[in-house]
Amino acid sequence: MSDITGSAPAALAQGRAGERLRLLLHSRSGMAGLVVVGLLAVLCLAAAFGLLPYDPLAQTPALRLRPPSAAHWFGTDQFGRDVFSRVAAGVANSALIALVAVAFATIVGTLSGVVAGFYRGAPDAVVSGVTNVLFAFPPLLLALSLASVLDRSWFTIAVAIAIVYVPIFIRVTRGPVLSLREIDYVKAATSTGQSRAAIMFRHVLPNITSIVIVQVTLSLSWAVLTEASLSFLGLGAPPPAPSLGSMIYEARTLVYIAPWTMAAPGIVIVLFVVGLNLLGDGLRDSLDPRNRGTK
Amino acid sequence: MTAVRAIAAHPILRRVLSALGTLFGVAVFVFVMLRAIPGNQITAGLGTEAAALTPSQRAALEAYYGLDKPLVVQFFSWLGNIFTGNLGFSSRAQVSVVDLTAQSLPVTLELAVFSIVLALLIGIPLGMLSASKPDSPRDAFGQTVGLLGLSIPAFLLATALLAILSATIRFNPNGEAFAHLTENPLLNLQQMLLPSLVLGFGIAAPIMRTTRTAVLEVRGNDFIRTARAKGVGPRRLQFRHVLGNALVPIVTMTGLQFGYLLGGAVVVEQIFSLPGIGRQVLLGIQQKEYAVVQSTVLLIALAFVIVNLLTDLLYRIIDPRVRAE
Repeated sequence: MSDITGSAPAALAQGRAGERLRLLLHSRSGMAGLVVVGLLAVLCLAAAFGLLPYDPLAQTPALRLRPPSAAHWFGTDQFGRDVFSRVAAGVANSALIALVAVAFATIVGTLSGVVAGFYRGAPDAVVSGVTNVLFAFPPLLLALSLASVLDRSWFTIAVAIAIVYVPIFIRVTRGPVLSLREIDYVKAATSTGQSRAAIMFRHVLPNITSIVIVQVTLSLSWAVLTEASLSFLGLGAPPPAPSLGSMIYEARTLVYIAPWTMAAPGIVIVLFVVGLNLLGDGLRDSLDPRNRGTK
Repeated sequence: MTAVRAIAAHPILRRVLSALGTLFGVAVFVFVMLRAIPGNQITAGLGTEAAALTPSQRAALEAYYGLDKPLVVQFFSWLGNIFTGNLGFSSRAQVSVVDLTAQSLPVTLELAVFSIVLALLIGIPLGMLSASKPDSPRDAFGQTVGLLGLSIPAFLLATALLAILSATIRFNPNGEAFAHLTENPLLNLQQMLLPSLVLGFGIAAPIMRTTRTAVLEVRGNDFIRTARAKGVGPRRLQFRHVLGNALVPIVTMTGLQFGYLLGGAVVVEQIFSLPGIGRQVLLGIQQKEYAVVQSTVLLIALAFVIVNLLTDLLYRIIDPRVRAE
């Protein structure tokens, strides 16, 4: 591991954005991930702007448990609600929670990691101590306990998930910053009399952006999984808000008579996570200078 | 002073001390988290009836539970109780948390052992298969299985497996009351099969990826070429020289998966009705028995810290370079 943290961050910044994009599009997995995530993003936007074929909450008792058809692409559920619209709204909800959670974790985690690695001393001791404590809990269990303590709403779920992922961002940024502060151009900047804060933002932060970008993508996939697990266990956003996890929970007794009620949210959540994982892998390969020129 | 310095300089002792510090932080965190919940033992015990208490009754109850003391005092008396083996009492089950955990912990440990064994049996051969010919169809197969393992949520796989198997071949051993390994081993093993398969599949994915990367990296080393040149057979080369040297990252990754395992146990134990420690937490949360949640979460974190410590120490045995440091 030490060779990655030692040389990669300095070299990563040298690649131009265009070349990185070209590499990403060149890798088959990165491209596939981009397409899947792009399609799901369109679905989220459709849900957000009310462009879905049906209201995801509207119940039509006369149309209970109808199989997929031209009118209802993914069929209907036990209350006659349109499964496609509910899946789309569920994806939008879990994307919102995952985005807010990961944004919070990225900002707090990266800043703490950079400050700890750059200043060392007391800030480092505090940040590392907190990181160790948070890492002592199994992730899902920590999210579960936090979610049970907080009031139930989509925002508190996002906060619970964010707290779980903050230490990951601290750990992936602190190491590279530790080695960056020993690199000549950072020392040179110090000797020209620039303030520590200026050096941190101008010379250190830009050098760890690639690491952070990859981590954001992978964390998004975990956040989606965590949110779905929480709502499956009944600790997600309260009903009737559509959520992929609670849809699968409700479908477990219907699966014999109406398999589409489980298949639709199940397949979509796997696609969502596969897409984010592929994108993360593709980004990691294209941002890693050791892979440059090999593909 | 020299004694302190000697302890601080010893890598294993230093690691143990830092683990103890982390555990203290964990205790503070769990205590603060549970205190953040609106209400206390009184409202949790009496529910809405707590509103009918007169001020003097309330004060008496607060004194009884020690809630009138400063938070710091409450924390240390709680911590003192834990050290003397008093982890609280479940008023619903009418047993102490220690007794509850003595029942549930073996179930989760059994599940954990089976899951890790299955994960290693799936992950390592799959990783070696992928690494044996990079960018070939068999590599694509291994990588696809790995990606699915990372992406299929445990609750989905568990629910789908349960539904499909019980509908098609009427296989649903988890529909019966849970049998302990010592009572009815045959039924117990059947009941453990699907849950450990689900958890094992999830852990197999990162193990497979790590094995693939590590094997590819080790294979490029000069000493492998040397071993081949001096006539080491392909099988011995593959297992003794390549896998033996790739073992450090694989062990690390397996240790790291313990956290996933305990989190996943909550979901899987719930779906397959296994009375393990994960279910104990979830039931505690659902029934608002915070004494149970607090102590159980603390015990799980304790187990997690110890496993991480052991993984660290295990390196020193496997990797002579770390031992020498």
